[in-house]
Amino acid sequence: MAFLSIENVIIKGVSACVPSCIQENIKLPVFLSQEDAHKFISSTGIENRRVSDEKTTTSDLCFHAAEKLIADLNWQKEDIDCLIFVTQTPDYILPATSCILQNRLGLSEECFSLDISLGCSGWVYGMSIISNLLSTGAFKKGLLLVGDTLSKINSKDDKSSYPLFADAGTATALEHQKNMTKIKKIYFHLATDGSGFETIIIPDGANRNRVSPESFINKEYGEGIVRNNLNIALNGMDVFSFGISKAPQSVNKMIEHFNLDKEAINYFIFHQANLFMNEKIRKKLKLPEEKVPYSLKEFGNTSSATIPLTMVTQLQRKLQNEKLKLIGCGFGVGLSWGSIYFSTDKIICSNLIEI
Amino acid sequence: MELNKFIENFAALFDDTDLSKFSSTTKFRELEEWSSILALSLIAMSDEEYNVKLKGDDIRNSQTIEDVYNIIKSKM
Repeated sequence: MAFLSIENVIIKGVSACVPSCIQENIKLPVFLSQEDAHKFISSTGIENRRVSDEKTTTSDLCFHAAEKLIADLNWQKEDIDCLIFVTQTPDYILPATSCILQNRLGLSEECFSLDISLGCSGWVYGMSIISNLLSTGAFKKGLLLVGDTLSKINSKDDKSSYPLFADAGTATALEHQKNMTKIKKIYFHLATDGSGFETIIIPDGANRNRVSPESFINKEYGEGIVRNNLNIALNGMDVFSFGISKAPQSVNKMIEHFNLDKEAINYFIFHQANLFMNEKIRKKLKLPEEKVPYSLKEFGNTSSATIPLTMVTQLQRKLQNEKLKLIGCGFGVGLSWGSIYFSTDKIICSNLIEI
Repeated sequence: MELNKFIENFAALFDDTDLSKFSSTTKFRELEEWSSILALSLIAMSDEEYNVKLKGDDIRNSQTIEDVYNIIKSKM
């Protein structure tokens, strides 16, 4: 059973960076009509999305998020012992983008740097790794950089995928702290079902199916669904079926396993898949609307970035001024999913950065 | 699991389609109101009412409401 309990680590701050370019779903040519677009928007809850320009990558967004957070925390860069970068849109196939970020951020050579390839579950998984690294005290300060620029790899002519996804990069700062009270432990439930690996996939371009001239051929998979094998292929029905069953199950498993008081949780921050799916999950868990914040309307589904992006855009004041008990849950590509329980005590929550 | 109750649950997913249109032999994908969101609603209904995870292919390969009923029944 993939449960984890982490001691002696606290979250110090969170930040997020999005491209300044706003794309309005209502104006997208991929929809057959205005009515088509309206239907999409009302069921997914996604009105606008941030889309990066040609030159800007996920690591650029995360770089700016990290710089801002380091400055707001007043951290010295030489004190940062570990950097984890979670993305499925790295700068290169190799080397690992975390190495590039270590250098660009001016971090010490004595810095543990690691890339993790996960999407919607990525922030939760990333938190589990970095908090483990910090727990013993061998590492004192760590940065978790998480994000994706899915607009780059999505087909503009695929209405089942393009209007859902958007770009964002985030930074979460964690620190080792001795003799922490029991209440501040971080708990996890983490899970995987690789039998569903084709549910969300880019078929070509890596090593199973190397890029070839055929990779670029656009094919029609239905009305308004045209893409090639270097684009994301999303089986919406299977993702939905997976999400509404596994996300609530994971949250419940973690609550039961660690004997958490569900009523005492201030907010449940879910991966922002789409409103239709997220509301099913919320209702299944019988959570009141006011405890489940959404950033979907303005930012869409930004893959692994959704949980910290929702914290920054929807809960900034609360995070800055109050003590909170929070549950996060990510679920998607892999298939991979996980839940996290953590508490915050007036942390740094930087203003949203737009570049 | 009872077929008539399933047809009732199935019909309840629709807003604008007359109840008389729903029977075991209804070719649901040919109904005007049928949409990708209704497909998701059907998956949710199967999950909530029968605790069965329907796949996209289960729906794509079904012609009639009874076909879906049989798939859910076989997965229970």
